[in-house]
Amino acid sequence: MPEKTMTLEVFRYQPDEEEHPRYQNYEVPYREDWVVLDALNHIKDEIDGTLSYRWSCRMGVCGSCGMMVNGDPKLTCATFLRDYYPSAIRVEPLNYFPVIRDLIINMEDFLHKLDDVQAWLIPKQEKTVEEGEYLQSPAELAHFKQFSMCINCMLCYAACPVYGHSQEFLGPAAIALAQRYNLDSRDGAAESRADVIFQDVGIWECTFVGDCSRVCPKNVDPAGAIQQAKVTHTKQFMKELLAPWGNR
Amino acid sequence: MELLNHDVLIVGGGGAGLRAAIAIGEANADLSVGVVSKVYPMRSHTVSAEGGSAAVIKSNDSLDAHIYDTISGADWLADQDAVESFVNEAPAEMIQLEHWGCPWSRDADGSVAVRPFGGMKIERTWFAADKTGFHMLHTLFQTALKYNNITRYDEWFVTRLLTHDGRCQGVAALELRTGQIRPIAAKAVILCTGGGGRIFPFTTNAAIKSGDGMALAYRAGVALKDMEFVQYHPTGLPGTGILITEASRGEGGILLNKDGYRYLQDYDLGEPLDVSDPSHPRKRTMELGPRDRLSQAFMKEREKGLTLEGPYGDYVCLDLRHMGEKKIDKKIPFVRELCRNYVGIDPVHELVPVRPVVHYMMGGVHTNINGETPLAGLFAAGECACVSINGANRLGSNSLTELLVFGARAARAAVRFSARQDSVAVEEIQAQCQAEQQRIRDRFFQPKGGKETIAGLRAELTRTMESGAGIYRTEDSLRAACALIGQLKERFREVELADHSLTFNTELTAALELEFMIDASEAVAHSALMRTESRGSHQRTDYPQRDDERFLKHSLAYQTENDPRIEYLDVVVTRWPPAERKYGSPVDGKGGKGD
Repeated sequence: MPEKTMTLEVFRYQPDEEEHPRYQNYEVPYREDWVVLDALNHIKDEIDGTLSYRWSCRMGVCGSCGMMVNGDPKLTCATFLRDYYPSAIRVEPLNYFPVIRDLIINMEDFLHKLDDVQAWLIPKQEKTVEEGEYLQSPAELAHFKQFSMCINCMLCYAACPVYGHSQEFLGPAAIALAQRYNLDSRDGAAESRADVIFQDVGIWECTFVGDCSRVCPKNVDPAGAIQQAKVTHTKQFMKELLAPWGNR
Repeated sequence: MELLNHDVLIVGGGGAGLRAAIAIGEANADLSVGVVSKVYPMRSHTVSAEGGSAAVIKSNDSLDAHIYDTISGADWLADQDAVESFVNEAPAEMIQLEHWGCPWSRDADGSVAVRPFGGMKIERTWFAADKTGFHMLHTLFQTALKYNNITRYDEWFVTRLLTHDGRCQGVAALELRTGQIRPIAAKAVILCTGGGGRIFPFTTNAAIKSGDGMALAYRAGVALKDMEFVQYHPTGLPGTGILITEASRGEGGILLNKDGYRYLQDYDLGEPLDVSDPSHPRKRTMELGPRDRLSQAFMKEREKGLTLEGPYGDYVCLDLRHMGEKKIDKKIPFVRELCRNYVGIDPVHELVPVRPVVHYMMGGVHTNINGETPLAGLFAAGECACVSINGANRLGSNSLTELLVFGARAARAAVRFSARQDSVAVEEIQAQCQAEQQRIRDRFFQPKGGKETIAGLRAELTRTMESGAGIYRTEDSLRAACALIGQLKERFREVELADHSLTFNTELTAALELEFMIDASEAVAHSALMRTESRGSHQRTDYPQRDDERFLKHSLAYQTENDPRIEYLDVVVTRWPPAERKYGSPVDGKGGKGD
């Protein structure tokens, strides 16, 4: 019996050789337990060594292999062929990012945004190592834990209409990571992060569409983080407006 | 050619590299640090570590107990002075990481929680659910963003160390986006490139783990130490090799053969306790024995025909069902996620198929206790280095801590070294880099009509390593592997690339990685051939006994024109004279008593 196959329509673009992107079709073996990344590796190894894409851990934690699969942002290591078979699968680079080559996007912008939101712990109270660990109850941990699960895979940006409209927007993952530290009982810099977050016009354009949370492979809820941040900020603003003499 | 220049250059942006960078960032804001990484740092393989990171923190534990567990786990091949420093400095490093925000799992009183791990007499493994490596890496990466004196070269691929006047003075690195090979000069270079598990077909290691730093040092004349010691993790998913963390056993999971029998009891690992017994799982016993012994037990079961057959080879079963949904979701949620998403089974209700898969290389670039290699100006830390604290078998949860302790130590040594250097030999460095650029152009961008493919050679290499230098080895299997590796080296010259683009040429990087893998494999196979004893992860069926008389020694593999030259170096023994490695008895492992 001939081996079952399926078609991958893959976005190709080599800026030093061609002016415009194109799509190239590849016929790959169909296997029940193959993910889209396995099919790409098959193409790279057996059919066309020029196809370029990023991948590493193939267990959904390094965040390298995000691509558009039939128009949806996906981790290709966790996207099974069987969910599409026998239809063809279209594989493209993540939406809204500049393409370096083929399926490889330029994500430098995000790295700068991590700097902008100060995505690191700024302790409320300095402590030396000799004084031991900060105590943090399981409940305090649970308060921010969800937002610490972000693997920086960029799927949420590729799903975000606001980011699609303007790359100025800090975007879902950067705000979720800012919120991760804001909510950490050890941190004391929420106010200085708020200055950056709320100067961003983008955050007010975010209308809780929630596509960022829907596509997140780690069940982080960046949409929730954004709304939470907005509510905290608005409450703070109203308090200051109504009772400027009081402290919180 | 513009020369990029730093006081200290770190190759690799995983746990060890980032810890080193931060140590320098903290030490002196005037020092300039470069971090070159072939992937964005948060993609580094540290991210995949699951179970935890060991350090003595609880009052029922002691430094001596951690030292003893590590040394006996290493089958006495670890340097005892290095292990002592490691264990002594571990708690402060772990607390430091807590101060940087690592979301460690907690006890009810808010202190850091610990869990039991294989080969450890007492629970001392810190964890962040079962994504410990992920959280450690992201904490380090995000913390590193704070320091203005750290310059990152993300997605730059180091192809060669540049040495002049007996001193490492920089690297030649391929900027993936532009295809340019550029010199980066430095007064000191620290290799933090991780392991090379990809030289084997079934491995928990990510695609990027091709032994780069080991091969770079080896080619620069530095010895690779103890390369024959390769750790198989007893519980990987068949096929993909995806890791099912040891924490799954630390939290009570059990291993069953095809008859549903807890076969480990037949292999000198103690008596099983019922899973409902409050004392289960008992430390250093049964499922909490060390990784080498559990992987070897699998092979014996397979010989007896007591394993199951699947599409990706033979396997046994990990049973987590008795833990219940609540505990699984709280303690090992990633295990459930991986099983559901990648095997389509739910460990709450079903057995998980597992087999031993290559996980970690105890060997690596020969360094001393400060991460210094014999080549002046070159340092190494993390899995790519061999200090050695892991000896013949690493204990689970020691490697994440090792990244911190020795990343920081190597950084401090590199800072001291760089302070003593006035300058680098700029012209020589540039000339060498130009020669390297020419080598790569001639070799990979001039069509020669060669018939070999990267995928083809890589598959042959990994098959060779599995059959010749796997869990059990013999003189015949190793000789065959050495011969095949020699042939693969020749055939690599016939590799032809289809991709001649300068922009993000991943076929070129795959070829360069394969070249690194062949070098690392050569060192593994030849070191294994020469070690005619069995110790820890190195099991010779033709020499089944440990032989302290001849082999209480580290092997040192040096690259030559032909086969590598293997030399030996005495193991440092301080307070713990070599003894038999015992597991399965609740009273074993009293330090210093020679039991």
